[in-house]
Amino acid sequence: MTGRPQILARLDSPRVLGYVLIAPAAVLLLGLLAYPLVLGVWLSMTSASLGNAGEFVGLKNYATILDDPIFRGAAAFSVLYTVCAEIGKLTLGLALALILNQRFRGYRAARSLMLLPWVAPTVLSALAWLWLLDPQFSALSWLLIKLHLIETNIDFLGHAWPARFSLIVVNIWRGLPYFAIGYLAGLQGISKDLYEAAAIDGATGWQAFRRITWPLLAPITTILVAFSSIFTLTDFQLIWTMTRGGPTDSTQVFTTLAYQRAITGGQLGEGAAIAVAPIVFMVVLAVIVVRSVRER
Amino acid sequence: MSHPDRRRFLQMSAAGIGAATMAGGFPALASAADSPFKPEKGAALQLLRWKGFVKRDDEVWAENTAKFEKATGIKVTIDALSWPDVTPKAALAAQVGSGPDIIMGWNDDPFVYPDKLVDMTDLAEHVGKAHGGYFDTAHTYCFDPEVKRWVSQPIGVTGNALVYRKSWAKEAGFAEFPKDFDGMLKLARGLKKNGHPCGFSLGHAVGDANGWTHWVLWGFGGKQANPDNSIAINSAETTHALEYAKQLYETMIAGVAGWLDPNNNQAFLAGQLGLTMNGISIWASSKEKPEIYADVANVVPPYGPSKQHTIFNNFTSAFIFKYSKYPQAAKEYLRFMLDTPQADPWVTGMVGYVTPALKGYADLPVWTSNPNITPYRDAMAGAKFDGFNGKPGKAAAQALDEFVIVDMFADVCVNNMAVKDSIAKAEKRLATIYKR
Repeated sequence: MTGRPQILARLDSPRVLGYVLIAPAAVLLLGLLAYPLVLGVWLSMTSASLGNAGEFVGLKNYATILDDPIFRGAAAFSVLYTVCAEIGKLTLGLALALILNQRFRGYRAARSLMLLPWVAPTVLSALAWLWLLDPQFSALSWLLIKLHLIETNIDFLGHAWPARFSLIVVNIWRGLPYFAIGYLAGLQGISKDLYEAAAIDGATGWQAFRRITWPLLAPITTILVAFSSIFTLTDFQLIWTMTRGGPTDSTQVFTTLAYQRAITGGQLGEGAAIAVAPIVFMVVLAVIVVRSVRER
Repeated sequence: MSHPDRRRFLQMSAAGIGAATMAGGFPALASAADSPFKPEKGAALQLLRWKGFVKRDDEVWAENTAKFEKATGIKVTIDALSWPDVTPKAALAAQVGSGPDIIMGWNDDPFVYPDKLVDMTDLAEHVGKAHGGYFDTAHTYCFDPEVKRWVSQPIGVTGNALVYRKSWAKEAGFAEFPKDFDGMLKLARGLKKNGHPCGFSLGHAVGDANGWTHWVLWGFGGKQANPDNSIAINSAETTHALEYAKQLYETMIAGVAGWLDPNNNQAFLAGQLGLTMNGISIWASSKEKPEIYADVANVVPPYGPSKQHTIFNNFTSAFIFKYSKYPQAAKEYLRFMLDTPQADPWVTGMVGYVTPALKGYADLPVWTSNPNITPYRDAMAGAKFDGFNGKPGKAAAQALDEFVIVDMFADVCVNNMAVKDSIAKAEKRLATIYKR
């Protein structure tokens, strides 16, 4: 009966215990994340179609999509969508957090309400926005007409650029609370002493923000932007519900195009290649997150 | 034309058994006893179908299913999804080898994974023989010439017709609906002038955008592919079709390029549209708005210069995956649902929203019960298939799923792309798809 004490003794070693404790998480990560990723990369190098395993074709699918103007358009819009949405969410989220960091009547309720766009199911909010932007029944157009700012309804989703811009605005609206709540937590962690010292030194509000608030929010900014960029770059529901990639493929992004090619079109290999393409961007973002966390 | 089953049904009614037939029960059992399909012991079925735009479609289908359950003891679970969601769900079922026993899919869905599907030849031939045979399009969509067997059981089409406001057309100088494309353009211009524009989707609307663009393309004699699947889109006929569409677009309500399938229904029922293309759902839904209901008319779309019927409808058929443990029960269910005692109240209840693929159901009284329903009766007879005049199959299905034809029209109408450039873009896209 020496086996049991031996095992316990080994578990006493932090190194062994560490591996044992991370083993369940590692199995889950390998099974649920690594396997699909590897399978996706493998599929992207095959001629697989629905119900047909296909053959290994090397990088042919990548060559095909790179030659495809629809893919190039989708890639460009994916990047534009992500960059614009992140800039919008960061700026407005920070502004909102600065406001909500103040004590005013009803500030607790305001903080709770702020979360609504984030917690509402994406498809529901996309449908609500679809109505707000409807070419015939848009409440926004109605309001602007009533305010005598425009004479006829705005065709938000019927032309390429207005449709792209509308989707970016809706994404900002949905993701704003994520930034606001993150920044709010960050702001509350900054010592008031720093602001008092700055005030004694005669610093203006802007100077206090530039020299104290912003530098101390930098680490959380990195994490917020990196995570949010990953969510935005892989956004599917919002775009699919509102435009299905139209008009004329002008709002296709990596995910919608991959879905169209792989699932509805049955070309798993080509669809997988499109889905794998943004991984390059995501790996860069993931590295930024990991480095940022380590530095903290 | 009357067919054996219908005649037999009427005879049974005359003999006093008809009442029992309508209520289900004994006649259904009798019918099941004659069936060549013997359900497996302990069978239970799962059906995935699309959700109709007409409420009675789903309701009567569920009532008929309840009759089947009562007659056979086989439990049938129905999952209904919105139109565009069925194709991807079916694709996933094919890929993972698990899911619903029966799927009511669209167009040439079954040609994408024929090897995964149960041979439906016995059922298709049995049902066809009992109900007067099939319209040609049904054979095109459900009989796979590559594997040389029926891979799906034809159901029918959600037929397209032109839907317009009679009083506004009259105001524009048209007491009758025009009989050709030129006449329709004049009507559209008149409607626009009087503040009642027409509207045809140029967005990624599965049914509506594909419906009218293919109708115009084929109406001018244009075609996506030749019978040998060589690409045929680059032609003078396509050019004429796009030039016509551009003129028609100028008469349309703003925003059609962003329209998905529900938009034209909503705009028409809100009194903002004078003319559109749709299934019977607009007219059926307008009952709740008497002032519109009385003024709506449905007509068979006029012929273009090709002088032939060029309607494109969404065709629906039911297929059974090989992973199903109960293929015989599934076949018996489909046979039962397409038999007269069930199909008649289904088609009648939904006022012809689905036009059956079986010729025998073209003489149901519902088709002539109102002149607004009659145009949909002929939706199958005049229908063409996607990818026309090429081979139906994977490439045609993919071209449709990727909205190649719709985007070609939208590029010209909305994006002001030159006609030749738009055709070249579509030709390149089609070449890629057909080479896969």
